[in-house]
Amino acid sequence: MKEEFTLTVFSENVVGLLNQVTTVFTRRHINIESITASASAIKGIHKFTIVIFTTQEQVEKLVGQIEKRIDVLKAYYFRNNEIVYQEIALYKVPTKSLLEGNEVEQLVRKHGARILELTEEYTVIQKTGYKEETQYLYEKLQPYGLTQFTRSGRVAVNRLKKEPLTTWLKTLEEDRLKVEA
Amino acid sequence: MEAQTYEPIKKEQCKAVNITGAEAMMECLVQEGVELMFGYPGGAIMPVYDALYSYSDRLKHVLVRHEQGAIHAAQGFARVSGKVGVCLVTSGPAATNVVTGIADAMIDSTPVVIISGQVGSNLLGTDAFQETDVIGITQPVTKWNYQITRAEDIPWAMAKAFYVARSGRPGPVLIDITKDAQFNKFDFRYQKMQSIRSYQPVPQPDLTKINEASHLINLAKKPLALVGQGVVLANAEKELMEFLEKTGIPAAWTILGLSAMPTDHPLNVGMLGMHGNYGPNIKTNQADLIIGIGMRFDDRVTANTQRYATNARVIHMEIDPAEINKIIHADVPVLGTVKETLPLLTQKVNKNEHTQWLEEFNACYRVEHERLIGKELHPEKPELTMGEVVRRVSEAFDDDAIMVTDVGQHQMVATRYFKFRQSRSVVTSGGLGTMGFGLPAAIGAKLGAPERHVCLFVGDGGFQMTIQELGTIFQEKVPVKIILLNNNFLGMVRQWQELFFDFRYAQTELINPDFQTIAKGYYIPAIKVTERENLDDAIKTMAESEGPFLLEVVVEKEGNVFPMVPSGMSVDDIRLE
Ligand SMILES: Cc1ncc(C[n+]2csc(CCOP(=O)(O)OP(=O)(O)O)c2C)c(N)n1
Ligand SMILES: [Mg+2]
Repeated sequence: MKEEFTLTVFSENVVGLLNQVTTVFTRRHINIESITASASAIKGIHKFTIVIFTTQEQVEKLVGQIEKRIDVLKAYYFRNNEIVYQEIALYKVPTKSLLEGNEVEQLVRKHGARILELTEEYTVIQKTGYKEETQYLYEKLQPYGLTQFTRSGRVAVNRLKKEPLTTWLKTLEEDRLKVEA
Repeated sequence: MEAQTYEPIKKEQCKAVNITGAEAMMECLVQEGVELMFGYPGGAIMPVYDALYSYSDRLKHVLVRHEQGAIHAAQGFARVSGKVGVCLVTSGPAATNVVTGIADAMIDSTPVVIISGQVGSNLLGTDAFQETDVIGITQPVTKWNYQITRAEDIPWAMAKAFYVARSGRPGPVLIDITKDAQFNKFDFRYQKMQSIRSYQPVPQPDLTKINEASHLINLAKKPLALVGQGVVLANAEKELMEFLEKTGIPAAWTILGLSAMPTDHPLNVGMLGMHGNYGPNIKTNQADLIIGIGMRFDDRVTANTQRYATNARVIHMEIDPAEINKIIHADVPVLGTVKETLPLLTQKVNKNEHTQWLEEFNACYRVEHERLIGKELHPEKPELTMGEVVRRVSEAFDDDAIMVTDVGQHQMVATRYFKFRQSRSVVTSGGLGTMGFGLPAAIGAKLGAPERHVCLFVGDGGFQMTIQELGTIFQEKVPVKIILLNNNFLGMVRQWQELFFDFRYAQTELINPDFQTIAKGYYIPAIKVTERENLDDAIKTMAESEGPFLLEVVVEKEGNVFPMVPSGMSVDDIRLE
């Protein structure tokens, strides 16, 4: 049975690493639903958060293949109930639509969104939440002349009690500092 | 990006010398113990070749005729010697010419380091003359690759390249180096790499898994061991024999595991897979325990996985965690190098014999011999068979030569009928099935094991894919014995057309040149045999010749390789004719 999985991949920060990770999926004809890549809390280590729709059996193999790459430190996969995750969405609407009535303002408040920037021409609204939530607000704002909409990839933290990776990374970091000293 | 910061070379380790990047490349090769490399020069690698000119006393370079030849020769060298094969090429078309060999080395776990020149770093990404994105192209087929754009990055990148290529499950590593990095001077110091924080080459053996495995082995009534190249790569042939001899377990081999055990060992029950032996294939589905030892359950071995090892528990001894459960579920995965895990297991298991079970394999062999092997080795028909040629050649070298093959029917026949006494005696393109592999790989094999005889079996199709390497053989005087099994067909494809496409021979018949004249052009002695009565004499002449030799044997045009597991079928659907 296919379901949604979130992969977190920790790697060295080297040129072409994203390509190394994504070819693991392309080779097996698996579509990446979303991907976020950024520096992790530890210097020189990158973190990827990748959302895919596949089977348990397949995801295990994918993680194995990703971890096999020399510059990848660790890769994990989680089901949605094992993580806390969010996406961020930005909406651009004409400021006129805000001034014409209070519906847009109400929508913003009701959906826990906030106004990031307000100019004479346009207003940028930001909402953080699950995809369904940001999508819902998108649909609600459509009638008010929404001109731009963009949604980020997923960011996630796991619900595990123990954090083996963080401890491991910390020792690595300490070792590095020792070497450099 | 600060690449060099994450694999720091400690300052105090050795004294620095101020040299160019190209000279530094030479120093790295020397420090890594490289003595021989294969390559072809060109614009973007010229500074390195210029440095090589001064290092010619320490670094021997073989000039091939096509870069594909360089990489296959490096592979052949690595496979027989256990050392890292090195290949040196220029940018653009030269780098793309080695891609096939890199893919081949990747899938067959061969340690090679490829150094490719690249345009100057200021030109990267501008579609400059002979610029290709070699890193992008080779990323999926290398164990690791890296583009050096600054001379200062040479030491750690080269150290990492060799460390990655040879450690753990070996594989190809490509280093792409821009021309400015070759020219620039810097303070060079070198240290071999011992570890990389993001890479664990050899997993620690888990003793609970060893216990579980030994338990299964002690209980098994019909165990079967599957021997792969992992045994050879780990130099664990002795450990394998100790394990097998204590437990009395029959052992079959994959094409890359061939020669890990002597052919005539009583526990050696033959080849697995599509054109393997009858016994190991049908007995796979009767066995109650399958022990994969350094092998990866390739589809040519398993055939239909839904109907594979249907009555067996599976122990999978493997160095690469990604192989566990990839194709066949492992009831007991035993991670680690078999060099360590086999002795741990041998200690735990009971001494045993499986006389009756082994006798079942022997019975299968008698059936196969009666129906097929006998006819192949001692044919009654006038046409020569590939099998008889292979066996005669094997015997002429006291069953102790290195066998190199190309890809096709002759390859399967060679692996079936050539005999072995020692390990590291087989060089064949197993995973990728690369036609054109054989001739250059034979050159590398001979240079990697100069004290041994090297026999290449090649088809009339594949021979012509890299035939230009006869020039390398001539120039370098490499004494390889080339046995060309000429059936005037792309035989393996023709066989499939006969069996599965109703004899529709679409584009498989070859009208060949006169190979004797070609050999003559390269000053390589040659004989052509068309009649059985001339075969033994010709083989004798070849075996006694000092230098390279081409023995062309005209074999039956439409011979088929059997047994065969037709694709999609199960191992126990194996057909004997
Ligand atoms: C580079 C490459 N192209 C195509 C194939 C497909 N192929 C596999 S075997 C074969 C025929 C080989 O013919 P030949 O070299 O004469 O050997 P034979 O089978 O006749 O012994 C072909 C075309 C291949 N394996 N490699
Ligand atoms: Mg042929």
